[in-house]
Amino acid sequence: MRLALREVWTAFRRAPGLGVLSVFTVAFSLFAVGLFGLVAYNTRLALERLEERVEIRAYVTEGTETDAVAAAVGDVRAFPEVASVTYVSPDDALKKARVEMTEFKDVFEPEFLPASMEVRLKPGMRDPETVRVVAKRLNGYPFVDDVRYGEEWVKKFYSVRRAATAAGIVLGIAFAFAAMIIIGSTIRTSVLARAREIGIMRLVGATDSFIRAPFLIDGVLKGLIGGTMAVALMWVTRAALTATVFAFQFFPTPILLLCVLVGGVIGLLGSAVSVGRQLKRV
Amino acid sequence: MSSNQTIVKFTSVTKSWLRGSGALQKVSFAAAKGEFVFLTGPSGAGKSTILKLCYMDELPSSGEVRVSGLSSINAKRTEISKLRRKLGIVFQDFRLLEDRTAWANVAFALEVTGTQPRAIAARVQKVLERVGLGPKMQAMPTELSGGEQQRVAIARALVNDPFVLLADEPTGNLDDRASRAVFQLLRDINTSGTAVMMATHDLDLVRTSGFRSLELNKGALVYDSAEAPLPEREH
Repeated sequence: MRLALREVWTAFRRAPGLGVLSVFTVAFSLFAVGLFGLVAYNTRLALERLEERVEIRAYVTEGTETDAVAAAVGDVRAFPEVASVTYVSPDDALKKARVEMTEFKDVFEPEFLPASMEVRLKPGMRDPETVRVVAKRLNGYPFVDDVRYGEEWVKKFYSVRRAATAAGIVLGIAFAFAAMIIIGSTIRTSVLARAREIGIMRLVGATDSFIRAPFLIDGVLKGLIGGTMAVALMWVTRAALTATVFAFQFFPTPILLLCVLVGGVIGLLGSAVSVGRQLKRV
Repeated sequence: MSSNQTIVKFTSVTKSWLRGSGALQKVSFAAAKGEFVFLTGPSGAGKSTILKLCYMDELPSSGEVRVSGLSSINAKRTEISKLRRKLGIVFQDFRLLEDRTAWANVAFALEVTGTQPRAIAARVQKVLERVGLGPKMQAMPTELSGGEQQRVAIARALVNDPFVLLADEPTGNLDDRASRAVFQLLRDINTSGTAVMMATHDLDLVRTSGFRSLELNKGALVYDSAEAPLPEREH
């Protein structure tokens, strides 16, 4: 291990420019992928916030006994898809309407708005089909006059979400693939620069694993440093965007650690493939 | 010679390249422990191929190469690596690491085999003194003459106490005086018991040395002085 580390240091001292180029290539390639990931992550968060607005409102027929509605509220709360149920009396509906639509606050009369049950669904159960099924179940109560849930809006929202997810996956893979090719080529160049050394090592009887070791360590170190630099660049970019455009959420720590780790893995694989090619001869 | 003294044995070895041309055709010979063998013949005759087959950088297309008991037919990569630790290999172009001193170049051959640092220091010094480079141990290859660089390469080849030294035209890049000095060094190494197989174009050297010579032409072994005296030839 000591000798392998010394070889890594010797190689870096011999061609520091190539070493720095490899690190920067890893950093900027992962930065490009990470930047795209940051946009995708924030888009997802925005869509999740929007999704929380999905609600079903079941209007109660005028004159329905409060006990019957209270029993139904308990009943609906037990539905597996339901996160919360709120009974909104005509008075509550009126107050809410006057707050939300101040320009019409004098138009609304007492008893103008009917009582209702506001049903919110659990995350992951807000798709059009589940919403429709729950709405249908609510409609089954004899005292429910009408059920509204913005069917068209929910459908459109989900088709946008699906398209965003698909685009995210396709572009993400494309970015990652391009990054792999660029990083692989750079690492290969640095391995080729040491082809003579590999040849001499083989001639004096070094085993394949002995020859590989310094290159793999070199690849992992460059990848980890590049990955850390990519995280730093993403952080600076996010700070700049937050200051000038709008508040961007940064990746949670596990994702950041994963980014650094991915850098290390790409460095390791790139080096392993390049050295493997050099060693393919007998 | 008895079979237990045989260190290199070629049995009907043919080597063909992918592009179709043949490098060796059914070559058979054996070299004994402590022997000095010249490989002669025009360029492209197959001299370097024989040496590459000896250190198993190439494997035969057919036939068998056996070196120190290791057969090319079933040699594993790790066994080939271990075999090379017992061989010394020298090239016309020296193949030194330009960014390391003469000492570091020689030490490198021991380091890759996992030799302890204390043993490395003693052995490197001894072998560099043996090839006459004691005062220039810390010189970089670019600070040395061609003859001196070849001595570093020979020291690197000797540092693992090889049973055979394979030299591929080691004097090809040297002037006459340096060539003679390097050849004298190889003779001394042979005198101390290490076998030497040396590819060369220098027929005067072959004639005057009196060592065994194998002559190749277009991949075929056309003459072995162990079986007949060397005839007068012009190349």
